Amino acid sequence: MSNAAANVSNEKQMKEHIQQLKQYGMIIALVLIYAIFAFLTDFKNAAPMNVNNLIMQNSYVVILALGMLLCCLTGNVDLSVGSVVAFCGAIAAIMVIDYHIAIPITFIVVLFIGVIIGMWQGFFISVLGVSPFIASLANMLIFRGLAMVALNGQTKGPLPADFTIVGAGYLPQIFVNIGGMKIEMLALTAGVLLSIVIIMMEIRSRQNKKKQGFALPALPMTIFKLVVIIGIVNFFSIKLAMYMGLPMVLLIMLALILIYAFVTTRTVPGRQIYAVGGNRKAAALSGIKTDRVMFWIYTNMGLLAALAGIVLSARNASATPKAGDMFEMDAIAACYIGGTAVAGGSGTVTGAIVGAFIMGVLNNGMSLLGWSVDVQRVVKGMVLLVAVAADLYFKKKKSA
Amino acid sequence: MSETILEMRHITKDFSGVKALDDVNLIVKKGEIHALCGENGAGKSTLMNVLSGVYPYGSYSGDIVYKGETCQFHDIKESEHKKIVIIHQELALIPRLTIAENIFIGNENTVMGNVIDWDLTQRKAMEVLKIIGLEHENVNQFVGDLGVGKQQLIEIAKAIAKDVELLILDEPTSALNDEESNILLELLLDLKKQGITSIMISHKLNEVSRVADNITVIRDGHTIETIERNNNEEIDENRIIKGMVGREITNLYPQRNAKVGDVVFEVKDWNVCDPEDAGKKIIKNVSFKVRKGEVVGFAGLMGAGRTELAMSLFGRAYGSNISGHIYKNGKEISIPDVQTAIDQKIAYVPEDRKTYGLVLINDIKWNMTLASLNDRFSDRQVINQDKEIHQAEDYRSRINIKASSVNQKVESLSGGNQQKVVLAKWMLSEPDVLILDEPTRGIDVGAKYEIYTIINSLAEAGKAVIVISSEMPELLGISDRAYVINEGEIAGEISGDNMGQEQIMKIIMDHSAKRGSLQ
Repeated sequence: MSNAAANVSNEKQMKEHIQQLKQYGMIIALVLIYAIFAFLTDFKNAAPMNVNNLIMQNSYVVILALGMLLCCLTGNVDLSVGSVVAFCGAIAAIMVIDYHIAIPITFIVVLFIGVIIGMWQGFFISVLGVSPFIASLANMLIFRGLAMVALNGQTKGPLPADFTIVGAGYLPQIFVNIGGMKIEMLALTAGVLLSIVIIMMEIRSRQNKKKQGFALPALPMTIFKLVVIIGIVNFFSIKLAMYMGLPMVLLIMLALILIYAFVTTRTVPGRQIYAVGGNRKAAALSGIKTDRVMFWIYTNMGLLAALAGIVLSARNASATPKAGDMFEMDAIAACYIGGTAVAGGSGTVTGAIVGAFIMGVLNNGMSLLGWSVDVQRVVKGMVLLVAVAADLYFKKKKSA
Repeated sequence: MSETILEMRHITKDFSGVKALDDVNLIVKKGEIHALCGENGAGKSTLMNVLSGVYPYGSYSGDIVYKGETCQFHDIKESEHKKIVIIHQELALIPRLTIAENIFIGNENTVMGNVIDWDLTQRKAMEVLKIIGLEHENVNQFVGDLGVGKQQLIEIAKAIAKDVELLILDEPTSALNDEESNILLELLLDLKKQGITSIMISHKLNEVSRVADNITVIRDGHTIETIERNNNEEIDENRIIKGMVGREITNLYPQRNAKVGDVVFEVKDWNVCDPEDAGKKIIKNVSFKVRKGEVVGFAGLMGAGRTELAMSLFGRAYGSNISGHIYKNGKEISIPDVQTAIDQKIAYVPEDRKTYGLVLINDIKWNMTLASLNDRFSDRQVINQDKEIHQAEDYRSRINIKASSVNQKVESLSGGNQQKVVLAKWMLSEPDVLILDEPTRGIDVGAKYEIYTIINSLAEAGKAVIVISSEMPELLGISDRAYVINEGEIAGEISGDNMGQEQIMKIIMDHSAKRGSLQ
């Protein structure tokens, strides 16, 4: 009997290890893909300018993936985000260029429009009960059309520098000459500070676990994890320091990631989203207003799509009606590559971010290699397919 | 009767190191009904899955000897080829296909390869329906339009259509009411006369002792004993229970020392209409009251409206056009939604834990705190995770949930332990009034006893407890008093010496007769 019990706990431990490995597995896959492209491109993809581009090009997918994660957690998707990105970018450009409205006011108005669009979508989904797939498919057509109409089918630009700083600008720069190389100190310091914060947080978490009497994760595992994470952080900060310093979008991105990670893991609304996705009926009988949860998820998606629209037009210094084409697919793919359950109820912000970066590194690497857009789509499709299939395969194996 | 049709020898099956079956032996004689008893997780279903090839040959050790020949089934098709058919607890019917289509699914009557002969299909379906006593059903109606009882019979029809010789039924009556169960059991006895051998997995001892010729008891993956019925004599149910739980349960319903106090919860003139059809009354002029420390039963047949009543009271989670008054501690309150019900310290533990009670993919602590996040586990919407773990851990040990930790996923727990998680979830909301809807459905004898103990401790702590149960002995065993509900109305009330199954049935019959004469 005790033997059997020991067996059970052994197996349990194994399972936990596998679970942990899966979390890191994605990060390892990301590093691996990056390394492969580094090799293929003669390390062009590790050049300071390219690392900078990697962040800037990926920012909108990351922003959208955060909102999309919430939709995916309920077992749904939002197909309209690419069109909303284009529409909001168009409105911003029109306000600034045609009507000379002050840029801060423009930003506020456009974000507000995003919220309204989200509420419009949320209204159909939660009040009228239209399936999110259909509602967002309709809005995908509607807002793409409206973006075309608003811009008359033309590109509108150029946008002033005060506008483009959001997507293409940098935080204040302090350059210092070290060994004939211009190094930006703020980026370097930020990397070091962040590393220290990460280590401190890990120590605190271990102390807390010890205090509560919980089993501690194996020390070598933790150290390995810290080395990888700090390695990645400093790789980025050093490369950025060698180029132009910290991009503005990086700040926006990090702030959003922190907020969404906190909301999903530590707050009541976050819990409610997982509950609605995990079992809607049980959630309703636990006092959760499930329709209201759905409404706010889609409202939030509208807000983030508007933000992505601003960032995208800022980076391009113009707005075009074709902007944001297929962004919804990139965001959805990021969530699912990142391990979000297709049926809803499970998935993490970290997963979605790593998923977004896997897509980003693929895009970037293949562009550097000069592969055509068609081939790129094939590769991205295959990666999505393999990632989700592998996830399902391991789940099946675990339960058998 | 003495010829052996099946012998399973030294069957051992493990799941990555954990032995689900350990040297299990089973001998089934031709033409008998053989019952397989055991608690949840004892290994009954695993054994049957080995037999039917769900777990292929090679994934277990031991021999299956069927009709004198050693068999090595690699999948269900192979065992079905030998005319062994398994009917799982969860029905495998397709609601939007007709009876005839369902009966022959995977076993179609075809001509020229893959073209279905519909005339033959319908004719044969009618023949099969006659055997199972459903000759009046139209073979072209959708299976989804039948009740659960008839659906279960259609499953048997499917097996008969495959010329079954050995029929395996996994908890065939778990979703059926008494009447439907009766029909099914009669059918099994009928099939026995026609020479079909059955193996029936069941929790319900009264059913087992009624139809089974031999009973094999399994506990923790071991065969404990095979009890034979000699010359139609009664089978000793206590012996089965003892074998299943490994100890003797002297009193099925533990004693309670609760002090019954003032009326805590009172409902007057409660009316509820169908959510789809606001003109159709489901609950009519229901009034009742519950006192502090009292356990009140809601008796009735399935479909009497008890769950609908409970859910409509619990923040209008069911129904439309609701009217009536609810009083708590003498003051009238209104409960427009579930959160208000929770705030008013009312809890409802739903009857179907997997569909309405739990988020299966999440862990124990997560599920336990879900209903009281706002009130007890958060500060300005930020969750206090330490408190969550401590309280969950506290309840886990207090009501004895068997799990490695509160971080274990709920889907991996047994039915009884899942039910305890749902109970803990609502105990954590610190209610004054608890409505428990079928709190012991589908769980084994040992876990039932523990649930009764929890109910007692709740009453002893001064809570008002309402229990809905379709198992009359259970309802009578644990309640101080009971209301009999029939067709959405309170048909009568029983208490004290007046509490018995006959009284309940008499009240229901009288009430139905009176209603019939009114119409």
